[in-house]
Amino acid sequence: MKAPAFDYVKPHSLAEVFPLLQQYGDEARLLAGGQTLLATLNMRLSEPSVLVDLSAITELRGLTLAGAMLRIGAMVTHSEIEASALVAQHAPLLPLAAPHIAHRAIRNLGTLGGSIAYADPAAEWPTCLLALDGVVVAKSATGERRIRADDFFVDLYTTTLLPGEIIVACEFPVASANHWCDFDELARRHGDYAIVGLAGAGQRSENTLAQVRLVFLGLGATPLRALQAEGVVKSQPLTASLINQAVAALKNELSAVGDLTSDAATKMHLAGVLLKRMLMKQMQSKNA
Amino acid sequence: MENTSQTHLINVTVNGHPERRPVQPRQHLIDFLRDDLGLKGSHVGCEHGVCGACTVRLDGKIVRGCLVLAVQADRKRVDTIEGLTQSGAAQALQAAFVRRNALQCGFCTPGMLAAALELVETKPSATRTEVREWISGNYCRCTGYQAIVDAICDVLASSPEVAK
Repeated sequence: MKAPAFDYVKPHSLAEVFPLLQQYGDEARLLAGGQTLLATLNMRLSEPSVLVDLSAITELRGLTLAGAMLRIGAMVTHSEIEASALVAQHAPLLPLAAPHIAHRAIRNLGTLGGSIAYADPAAEWPTCLLALDGVVVAKSATGERRIRADDFFVDLYTTTLLPGEIIVACEFPVASANHWCDFDELARRHGDYAIVGLAGAGQRSENTLAQVRLVFLGLGATPLRALQAEGVVKSQPLTASLINQAVAALKNELSAVGDLTSDAATKMHLAGVLLKRMLMKQMQSKNA
Repeated sequence: MENTSQTHLINVTVNGHPERRPVQPRQHLIDFLRDDLGLKGSHVGCEHGVCGACTVRLDGKIVRGCLVLAVQADRKRVDTIEGLTQSGAAQALQAAFVRRNALQCGFCTPGMLAAALELVETKPSATRTEVREWISGNYCRCTGYQAIVDAICDVLASSPEVAK
């Protein structure tokens, strides 16, 4: 279908955005890459009266090292993250996840900030942000706020972002020398909406993982940490038996919500498969 | 808001030609190209970014023509299949598609060619698996994918930039 009628404005600075949000309130939608928003407009799931195009705002761009954090502007595209040497060096989980985001033509326009703000529970960036213990940087007319990923995603498509606030960047802790990370995802067609996915990050020493964060996408209403499974794996040498215990803990602590193609039991089974696969790969890579 | 949204005058370079046209904010880039400029080579399929039939280039990168508004293309460069196939790599892909019978009804083909062209240009040493993953964003309902993958692999294999 075609989108309903709306107006369009293209501000050139953040300072111009805040009065627009004030003026239009809920009737305004921020247009980042548009790769979700335009699809929902086309399907008439959303009928805002005005789109505020953020593409001319240079403050929302750029990839920079800021102390111990890698800062990625909200309007940086998936393709730019996928191709960035700076990201590959300091947040290697992101280029592992990027190829799973939709398809090239969509990655060329879709943005980090758009994905984080939309907070789709099957999306890759919210899951990676949580796995890396990242931070959302939000600005409003009254100032800047830094929100940890742990506190950001609260429910289906729902975040702690306030009316009048916009995401300006995300920050990821710079990977240490013994940083470990991995990403895997199952989908019916490469690039499709994921059935279930897993982002893992932590510190590695020999065959042992520490400060492990295991975050699943596609299971519930938000990206979900498997805290008990993390507890099983943490600071113990990986063995087949430990990995089986971690999978059992995962199935004990999390429950899935089924969707059109996969019911809850299938999703939980596949979550266990991904966790086992990821930890076995890690174990075997050390034993090799 | 009523259907009285303002029109915007856009300046866009399409296949090398400067165009200056009024557009409604709601108008998709693909509809602007097809209906306003008469460039019917790119097709409209699903209109929500799934099928890839409307793939065109915006400032040199492939995008979904149904997930971009015409107004967003202001001051940008757009290349459609009509323009892209003036170049060598796209012509090599066209010839390989013909040679390999990589199309039947042809509806998906302009999108397939546009997507494959970016692969050939950016990843000349792509493997067959990478080819399959790359074109996973384009649906073909009658050819199947085997012959399309074969055709793209032929072009990759004969590309002078390949360092295999």
